[in-house]
Amino acid sequence: MNKTLAAYVIQIADNNLILAQRLGELCGHAATIETDIALTNISLDLFGQVRSYFQYAASLTGAEATEDTIAFLRVENEYKNALLVEQPNTDFAYVIARQCFYDHFHLLFLQKLQHSSDETLRAIASKAIKEVTYHVRFSSDWLIRLGDGTEESHNKITQAVQDLWVYTNELVTAAPIEIEMADAGIGVNPESFRDEYYGALTSILNEATIPVPEQKYFQKGGKQGIHTEHMGYILTEMQYMQRTYPNMTW
Amino acid sequence: MKDWPLWEVFIRSKNGLEHRHCGSLHASDAKMALENARDVYTRRNEGVSIWVVPSSQITASNPDENGELFEPAADKAYRHPTFYNLPDEVKHM
Repeated sequence: MNKTLAAYVIQIADNNLILAQRLGELCGHAATIETDIALTNISLDLFGQVRSYFQYAASLTGAEATEDTIAFLRVENEYKNALLVEQPNTDFAYVIARQCFYDHFHLLFLQKLQHSSDETLRAIASKAIKEVTYHVRFSSDWLIRLGDGTEESHNKITQAVQDLWVYTNELVTAAPIEIEMADAGIGVNPESFRDEYYGALTSILNEATIPVPEQKYFQKGGKQGIHTEHMGYILTEMQYMQRTYPNMTW
Repeated sequence: MKDWPLWEVFIRSKNGLEHRHCGSLHASDAKMALENARDVYTRRNEGVSIWVVPSSQITASNPDENGELFEPAADKAYRHPTFYNLPDEVKHM
């Protein structure tokens, strides 16, 4: 049971880890100094949550595992994040659309995780939920501003929403481990809030005057460890220090 | 974005104290100014309340008039309340 629980906790955290790494790439590169700080603040919030999850997973695994070995020393197909969070920072519109799609999922997920029978997960969820409530506010506001802004911003955010929509459904499609953990009263079956998720996105897209994409086919695979071509590059950069100087610490 | 107006940011570090000017930033409207201020100026737990004010709404004194405005106060030490003993319990004076 501990082994399954550890795997589940790692899967939850992998979404945060990879998205935080993506946002970290923007440090010094975002559109304005204010959004630069805001996005890296969000990145640090997510990394903080990752540490809580990984420390818990390491304590369940025992042996030699630490939060660092879990973060840095796995191979690509051992990361179980959804494909959405590994998508690149193509431009500010893609950053905001990706963030908004993830934040709404994240908040609904944490609201359910607060009722987990697992005390540690409950505690992590109730701490994270305040941070994520602000993330939702930030990314939704920006999505609406871009959609409802100039012709250029409207076209760019519409394109980003159109391109990233294909990755949304994976977030709210349950992997076998999620069903198992939900049945045990520990985890959350994301399909239980799928309608709510798409309802929230639809109402924001409407307010932003962005057409809601109608595509019926969605990408999936990240939760099974099958990633897009972007994942290898993220891991190369993220793991570089630990791979080059094993066991180094700050 | 370079056309965004400038906003002055005031932070109250804890309840009971006054808001203090801590800097300025660019934002397209008041809501964005407030969120930017939260992200830029309160990330190290600096505050419990934020005010943002359009910089254009501030009327400033003219530095050329500093002589007539401020110099007359320079030699009037008797206006400073330095002749009172303050109890230790009184903070922030």
